[in-house]
Amino acid sequence: MLLKFRDQRQNPSEDLKGQSRWRRAASPWVAAAIPVLIFLVAVHVYSNELLLVDMAIYIALAQGINIIYGFTGYLPFGYFGFFGVGAYVAGYGIIHWGLSGPVAVLVGGVGGALAGAILLPLFRLRGAYFALTTLAAGEAFYAIVSNPSLTSITNGPYGLNLATAYSSGWSFGMAVGLAGVAILVAALIKRSRYGMTLKAIKDDPYSAAMAGINVARDRFYAWLIAAAIAGVGGAIYGWAISVFYPQDVFDVTVSVFAIVFALFGGIGSIWGPTIGAALLYAIYNVVGVSNPQYFQLIYGLIIVLLVLFAPRGLAGLMASIRERRLFGGGAR
Amino acid sequence: MAVLVLFEFAVFGGLLLGLYYAMFAMGLNVVFGAQRIVNLAHGDLVVLGGYAAWELYETWHISPIVAVVIVLPFAIALGFLVQHFLTPRLMRSADPETLSLILFFGLSQIIEALATIVFGPNERSLPTNAIPVSSLHLLGESYPGIWWVSALVAIPVLGVFLWLLYRTPFGLRVRAVMSSVTEAATAGVNASRVSGLFFGIGFGLAVVAGTVGIFIFGGVSPTAGVALTITAFAIIVFGSLGNPWGTIVAAIIFGVVTQLAQVYLPSWSNLVPYALVILTMLLRPQGLLGRRQRVA
Repeated sequence: MLLKFRDQRQNPSEDLKGQSRWRRAASPWVAAAIPVLIFLVAVHVYSNELLLVDMAIYIALAQGINIIYGFTGYLPFGYFGFFGVGAYVAGYGIIHWGLSGPVAVLVGGVGGALAGAILLPLFRLRGAYFALTTLAAGEAFYAIVSNPSLTSITNGPYGLNLATAYSSGWSFGMAVGLAGVAILVAALIKRSRYGMTLKAIKDDPYSAAMAGINVARDRFYAWLIAAAIAGVGGAIYGWAISVFYPQDVFDVTVSVFAIVFALFGGIGSIWGPTIGAALLYAIYNVVGVSNPQYFQLIYGLIIVLLVLFAPRGLAGLMASIRERRLFGGGAR
Repeated sequence: MAVLVLFEFAVFGGLLLGLYYAMFAMGLNVVFGAQRIVNLAHGDLVVLGGYAAWELYETWHISPIVAVVIVLPFAIALGFLVQHFLTPRLMRSADPETLSLILFFGLSQIIEALATIVFGPNERSLPTNAIPVSSLHLLGESYPGIWWVSALVAIPVLGVFLWLLYRTPFGLRVRAVMSSVTEAATAGVNASRVSGLFFGIGFGLAVVAGTVGIFIFGGVSPTAGVALTITAFAIIVFGSLGNPWGTIVAAIIFGVVTQLAQVYLPSWSNLVPYALVILTMLLRPQGLLGRRQRVA
């Protein structure tokens, strides 16, 4: 029966949506390549390279939030903790082990993932409890790293100086690379069997477990990936600004921005967080740098309006417009 | 001998501060009880209270103790309006718990931004003689005057709150709504008005705590909100959510532990609230006085 059904299809490479198979397979690569190409062109047109580095890092962080919150439903307010740990591990590697910048950045990613592994027990919590306990954990990382008693190891509140390893071309390249990899990973996960697994866990962990999914393990992988992205992001950030204090990298604002950018674009979609981060971070740099409080007011209002009227962000708005065009405005 | 004196100082000072912390954290627990929402703007409301006290003292020379009474109605009205206009839409959405967290987080950002726009980014503090009291001498130790004054503010505020909750018809309705909204509504309680008012009282407690808090925390700044919210959250989960007595007991323990840490391990003392949240959540998520149930 099934075979016969297959034979009846005019063009086997077309699925129900009419998208050809190769387009579906290519779309994650396209979603990653287009932003990367735009960055590579922009650096020749726009002179403020550090701004582009920050924007690329925020695109990666927004995708990290997308992977852990969009795909599994766990909202980590303490995401900045991994960012800070990554910056510090990479900095420590450059200063004490004499690592080169790019190698130190990868080591920073490992540091972020390890910090994620330490926080694994927090997954027995859900919802608001998880969100706030990770926030406390991020602040705890900060309190430990900046502690004057540990000055011999972390240089305490006095920060790190990585000026010897500074390399503008390399740090820009790695930031753009990170953004591309983060988008690609998110898109490939979303398309894969693993992505379906995460969705099942998000919708109902008990039913997912009944269906033979190893809930704890699969959630843990998503968490590690998100933490590693933040670790690499923090490492590149620290390396690119080359002198930083603990409060610069262990900054709640990092979590706040990543979460707001991802929400604004649309959590769970692939283009959403990329566009959300690029758009809002650009606005931040027009409005925010001289008067950050006005930007803060704007995004505070954006958050409230989003939650009340468009919880699926820009991507959700676009989808509902498209649906209306397809099925007519009257259908509700 | 000196070690013992310091110990005594930490324990008694911690008791005084603990009473203040109980008032400071109670508002968060009240908002949770009213609507099952963790109010991420709690710390920012405390900051707002601090600014109100500063403005009232600097412009009109009104004592922060009197400011407590002045700010209370405004704060309750603000809370009532927030509950009335924002939460009904929220509760109909797909994932009210996480979305409410994000919504109140947005609110906290708005308050923080407005505070920066109006008062600037720098810390504001009041001179200690704004409340002209002498320090308290007890068993050869002297404690800052503001410590016992804040405890003396906290005791009547908490007393009135507990009286309202356990000894008045309004409190009876609140407790009915807290245990079951539908059953309370069937019995003729106007559930949305009752939880709105109770929500407002939660805001009121936060702002009132701020008017005294400007002395306890050594000043207010717009960005202080997040750390204050975590501290309050640490206290209420440690005491167990939804239980006012738990908050009081937890706050006193928290006050004493923080003071002990400040005396013996000063550089690690700001880790106390964070460690408290993490350990409570991992070891006893139902809190000190909570019955065994799945809260997480």
